[in-house]
Amino acid sequence: MTPAALSEEARQVRRRILTTIRAAGLGHVGGDLSVTDILTTLFFSVLAIDPADPEKADRDRFILSKGHCAAALYTVLARRGFFAEEELDTFMQPLSRLNGHPNRRKVPGVEANTGPLGHGLPIAVGAAIGSGIRKLGFRAFCVLGDGELQEGSNWEAAMFAGHRKLSNLTAIVDRNGLQQGARTADTNDLSPLADKFTAFGWEVREVDGHDHAALLDVLSRPGDGKPVFVLARTVKGKGVSFIEDRVEWHHKVPSAGEVEAALKELA
Amino acid sequence: MTQTAEFDCRKAFAETLIALARADERIVAVCNDSVGSSNLKEFEAAFPDRLVNVGIAEQNMVGVGAGLANAGLVPFVCSASPFLTGRAMEQVKVDAAYNGYHMVLCGMSPGMAYGELGPTHHSIEDLAWMRAIHDLTILVPADPFQTAEAVRWAAAAAGPVFMRVGRFKVPAVSRESEGFVVGRADELRQGSDVTLVATGTLVSRALRAAEELAAEGISARVINVSSLAPLDRACLIRAARETRGIVTAEEGVPQGGLGGAVAEVLAEAHPARMRILGVDAFAPTGDAAFLLDHFGLNAAGIARAARELAA
Repeated sequence: MTPAALSEEARQVRRRILTTIRAAGLGHVGGDLSVTDILTTLFFSVLAIDPADPEKADRDRFILSKGHCAAALYTVLARRGFFAEEELDTFMQPLSRLNGHPNRRKVPGVEANTGPLGHGLPIAVGAAIGSGIRKLGFRAFCVLGDGELQEGSNWEAAMFAGHRKLSNLTAIVDRNGLQQGARTADTNDLSPLADKFTAFGWEVREVDGHDHAALLDVLSRPGDGKPVFVLARTVKGKGVSFIEDRVEWHHKVPSAGEVEAALKELA
Repeated sequence: MTQTAEFDCRKAFAETLIALARADERIVAVCNDSVGSSNLKEFEAAFPDRLVNVGIAEQNMVGVGAGLANAGLVPFVCSASPFLTGRAMEQVKVDAAYNGYHMVLCGMSPGMAYGELGPTHHSIEDLAWMRAIHDLTILVPADPFQTAEAVRWAAAAAGPVFMRVGRFKVPAVSRESEGFVVGRADELRQGSDVTLVATGTLVSRALRAAEELAAEGISARVINVSSLAPLDRACLIRAARETRGIVTAEEGVPQGGLGGAVAEVLAEAHPARMRILGVDAFAPTGDAAFLLDHFGLNAAGIARAARELAA
């Protein structure tokens, strides 16, 4: 897709996320809207995947480590053809396979069950190593929240990925600066993130996480002898003025009126 | 009494893993700086590209194992059992079991094998912790034959497996002609007065207890539970019906492991008098053999509990 087409697709994804969360009465709207452009770029332009053959041995692996943003992942998967878009209406309903956190055993296109933070990157590291052992040549991608990087398991994985020089691994941090309860800077400051990953042996690429052309560029290129860390600067709640960059919208559910206003902004 | 040969089960583990890996290139090993203690040196020499040593980082180790499984490999994730199960508990639950990945978590040197190193290095909670996790097969081989069979079974399984791989030397106890069947307990000795249910290192000790009891005219049945999950319910219920009580013995805490598993089955199906023997405190200083005796996890201790039930 062209950057313009990706932008239009992301607009549609955002609209669907809002109505899905409104219908469910549950969800993580701030993080979903924050990560939308990253997921859209990956699923529509970067990942070598086939919705008709979701278990293909040499498919690229994508792991959403910030599993609470399942609504964004489900929306992108559905629109990419992994399942029918109408199924999004069952999000978090009793017995729906679209749980509040993704389940690989139920939802095609999901590679790992995530939710507790700090699990996705180690799995992506293992997949990237496995790609090499099996000589399948696929790439492994992992999206993490920035607050999530406070979990120590990420640093175990980051250190090891640097040591193994996993150039087929790309980790993207959705750097919106907010976590559930407050700003990351006021909770347990992560800065300087780029320096930390550089020190751990990664190639760091900083990018505007809402600029599709820039995302396409940094995500399409594998690393050169190093794993790639994409520091994607984002705005939590991006696209809806009254949700943007406000800590209280981590998992607040918009009212019917708020959804209507939001959809007007995304018209 | 003649001296019987005793074995460190890690040898059978390593030899079987290497033999399987020669035939199946999907098999890989993952460890945490434990190439030596997990007995993986020969594996590493034979398959240098198929040993992934993550360093001292157990959470990453289990996550990496899940990722390797995702890539279509069959990882044997090896670490001293206390750190594999304790440090990486959530990864075992989520990355291995909830994901349903075919990966084999190998708890090396379990129980009190690290004797003098103390309770930090004892893995006495592992069976209770692992039993709480759905969809996880739990194997506790009692000797080299069962260890080799457990490795073969786990390599061909479809889902996640946790297995203890013993370091403390044990004699051969299994009836090889009966094979090794996951979900089936092995009745090693028939008996009609009392039943001794043991696992791992305690199986040979239960057999010796049965000999002591026989000399006193007490007929003790001995059951080896090497498959803790799934559990052979029928075998246990039959023992509860046909004998006057059940003694369980394990190298682990008495709550939630083998004893807990047997008690849960019998409380619902056929309530029986029980004695649950295990490691009931953080251990004092001592080697593994000393500590097993200290906690009464020997023939004398098992026989003592059995006499109470047979009376």
